[in-house]
Amino acid sequence: MQKTYYDPADLKKFGKISDWNQELGDKFFEYYGKVFEEGALSAREKSLIALAVSHTEQCPYCIDAYTKDGLQRGITKEEMMEALHVGAAIKSGATLVHGVQMMNKVNKLEM
Amino acid sequence: MAKTKTQSLHKRESDLANSNRQLEILSNGIFGNGELPTFKDKIAETNQFPLIPNKLEILQINLGYMCNQVCEHCHVDAGPDRKEIMTRETMSQCLEVIKKTGAHTLDLTGGAPEMNPEFRWFVEEASKAGIKDFIVRSNLTIIRANKKYYDLPDFFKKHNVHIVSSMPHWTRGKTDKQRGDGVFDKSIKALQELNERGYGMPESDLRLDLVYNPSGAFLPGDQMSMEKDFKKALKEDFDIEFHNLFAITNLPIARFLDYLIASENYEDYMYALVEAFNPAAVKNVMCTNTISISWDGWLYDCDFNQMLDLKVASKVKHISEYNESLLQDRKIIISQHCYGCTAGAGSSCQGVVA
Repeated sequence: MQKTYYDPADLKKFGKISDWNQELGDKFFEYYGKVFEEGALSAREKSLIALAVSHTEQCPYCIDAYTKDGLQRGITKEEMMEALHVGAAIKSGATLVHGVQMMNKVNKLEM
Repeated sequence: MAKTKTQSLHKRESDLANSNRQLEILSNGIFGNGELPTFKDKIAETNQFPLIPNKLEILQINLGYMCNQVCEHCHVDAGPDRKEIMTRETMSQCLEVIKKTGAHTLDLTGGAPEMNPEFRWFVEEASKAGIKDFIVRSNLTIIRANKKYYDLPDFFKKHNVHIVSSMPHWTRGKTDKQRGDGVFDKSIKALQELNERGYGMPESDLRLDLVYNPSGAFLPGDQMSMEKDFKKALKEDFDIEFHNLFAITNLPIARFLDYLIASENYEDYMYALVEAFNPAAVKNVMCTNTISISWDGWLYDCDFNQMLDLKVASKVKHISEYNESLLQDRKIIISQHCYGCTAGAGSSCQGVVA
């Protein structure tokens, strides 16, 4: 029995999701490829965004892929860590901003 | 993470100093058990086996394995402890070939070729042959290593030598990690001195190109994007100019192979190379237009085959018996390290090939 839910080797099999639905799989990979092309944002900037989102999504496959992608693009570890802090700041900010809802509720309910 | 070593594999008497041991590793394991296809099988899929030479364009001469640096990724296993350098006698044999060759490019490499005591004599003599593109692969730090080398930029300029230099990154940390402490600062100083002589300046005929090798177990990114980033950073931070950047893939031999194995990256790296295999890169791979000559005059399909001691499969095997037309009629020797030259946009001493 497999001992963990995640297997690093599965990342190489990502393309196989098309096996069970070719049309949607193809559309997804075409879209995915297009998104990461050089556009108004550089491919380098997109790689850093992807790295930050990989962490907020806590996707080990994505972290693996976009860490390597960043190194290949010459992105430094300092740039990578700063990008992560942007993700972490939004994640913690998103938690804390709900504190206003809590405060509203407390203020409404308390005498 | 492997620590920066200060001695060559040869000096350390490592198993991997033996080229046969390296070839064994490259043929066994994931390639031996069929998990990954051998390079021969892979190129056979697109009817590109056997690999044969196209027109000869480049003579690459290795003046010796002695170097002032001990870079962690070095496929030559060069260093201060390597004493193999080309003699004037072998250089004279090379000069006879240079005068007659159909190749348009002469490419001197090492080690640090400048450390060969006959280097300047050889450059002076070779430059008389009127070869179109005369390259010296300079590691930059040699220019600042000792007073006797301080005038190298002027010497290069006098002979209109095309300088090709390694620079793994535009930041100190990544550069020094791969090439040794202090290498970044010395390289920057050397580049500024070359710029002062006109090397690398826009519109200048004094060519200065940089070579980028990834500083770890990953493949190089897009060469044009990397060049843009390098140019921007080196200009902004140090007012340095250069012409082109060549992105070169690290091949799994010698010290880079040692690093891959020690850091447990070997299998993943080979998977990455095989997955990135590009059949279009095969037809322009550098062994098809280059002859590599070792410090002791033996002939090879490329500098990598030289380091694996895979001499050309030809009746002509040594510079002393050089015959270009006979030599061109040969099959190129391949092994799994060749995947390094066919990954992605391909890789050669002149950068991408596809």
